[in-house]
Amino acid sequence: MSSPESSPYKDSQASEHTETRATEWPLWEIFIRGQHGLSHRHVGSLHAPDAEMAIKNARDVYTRRNEGVSIWAVEAHHIAASSPEEKGSLYEPSNDKVYRHPTFFDIPDEVGAM
Amino acid sequence: MYAQMIKSTGQGVKSLDEMDPDERAFQERINAGGKIEPKDWMPDGYRKNLIRQIGQHAHSEIVGQLPEGNWITRAPTLERKAILLAKVQDEAGHGLYLYCAAETLGVTRDDLTRDLLSGKMKYSSIFNYPTLTWADMGAVGWLVDGAAIMNQVPLQRTSYGPYARAMVRICKEESFHQRQGFDIMMKMANGTEAQRKMAQDALNRFWYPSLMMFGPSDKESVHSAQSMAWKIKMNTNDELRQKFVDQTVPQAEYLGLTVPDEHLKWNEETGHYDFSEPDWEEFFDVLKGNGPCNTERLEARNKAWDEGRWVREGLLANAQKKQAAKLAAE
Repeated sequence: MSSPESSPYKDSQASEHTETRATEWPLWEIFIRGQHGLSHRHVGSLHAPDAEMAIKNARDVYTRRNEGVSIWAVEAHHIAASSPEEKGSLYEPSNDKVYRHPTFFDIPDEVGAM
Repeated sequence: MYAQMIKSTGQGVKSLDEMDPDERAFQERINAGGKIEPKDWMPDGYRKNLIRQIGQHAHSEIVGQLPEGNWITRAPTLERKAILLAKVQDEAGHGLYLYCAAETLGVTRDDLTRDLLSGKMKYSSIFNYPTLTWADMGAVGWLVDGAAIMNQVPLQRTSYGPYARAMVRICKEESFHQRQGFDIMMKMANGTEAQRKMAQDALNRFWYPSLMMFGPSDKESVHSAQSMAWKIKMNTNDELRQKFVDQTVPQAEYLGLTVPDEHLKWNEETGHYDFSEPDWEEFFDVLKGNGPCNTERLEARNKAWDEGRWVREGLLANAQKKQAAKLAAE
């Protein structure tokens, strides 16, 4: 849910970072693997003092209804993410490679399922 | 709603031609049903508005635990107590999903908390009313969560990705809340005469405050028009309020309870119920801080924050100590 890097945004209704602050618990991104053999999936984030508490809190926040059988917690600042500006250079090259999709090829009906 | 009276830029909605290229690309993406993600470019007003709206929504979930928490130790049976505990725990979860959505916009959790505790940021007016009897637990689930659902279901399609995803999770859980409330109302309405009276009394007290949750009419409001163009508000307040009344009145009839509105009438022509507006002066007064429980609610949140300080600091100190020991061992 959360972005790994959020830039401090000063001019919001929430107050600015003026006084010396008590240290906020680090932000953890939470990934849950559901029951049916799918891979871990990002479900959101939470604050916790350490990994052990992050997993305990994730259990309470994100798996109250059997949503998962395994939890990964990663401190948000450890995640590297591509940036929106790179969208073109990263993903557009695959647009003209339609032959990567099986439907590119016409297989005669008499060949049967393939 | 859970976010009431959110002010946007205060200017009218710009046409595409009046926008600079970034803004125009942004608006076109929203018009095409695209999602905006945390690192994407967005207008300042959009970011500010969302921080206020999501923040206020999160605060409402957190403060919303208090009126119901009031009855956990006094629930009539162990089963009711377990259900109410689960419900109140969900509200905490909803607050957390929303806070982390707000944090993706660059505000910190502590900033949001501090602005709630100081009274700078608001929470929904509804939670400044007291819960006097067990039937109020029924009325809160049925009416308050019912009204919240009206607003939250369309917000699953809102343009800001993290907010929309938080809403999807919340909506899944919210219908448990409304049903558990209605279940309590059914039990009370079909119980002894004293219980039936209690249920009627709860409906009497929560009906108009629930209608107020949608906020005053905003069909002329420039703030609303901008929020709707940005798709962070999906319907007008009047539309949602009408929908809520249309849905709820037959449910009250099923319970054999009377909606406290002598002007309530089915209108064959419009296909909707006609109903009386709540007292908007009362609404503004509650927002200003003069509701029956404003002081109590803020005191409770401040007390929890202050008295929890040693836990927050202790856990952090322990984590740092363990980290240092681990580094020393390497």
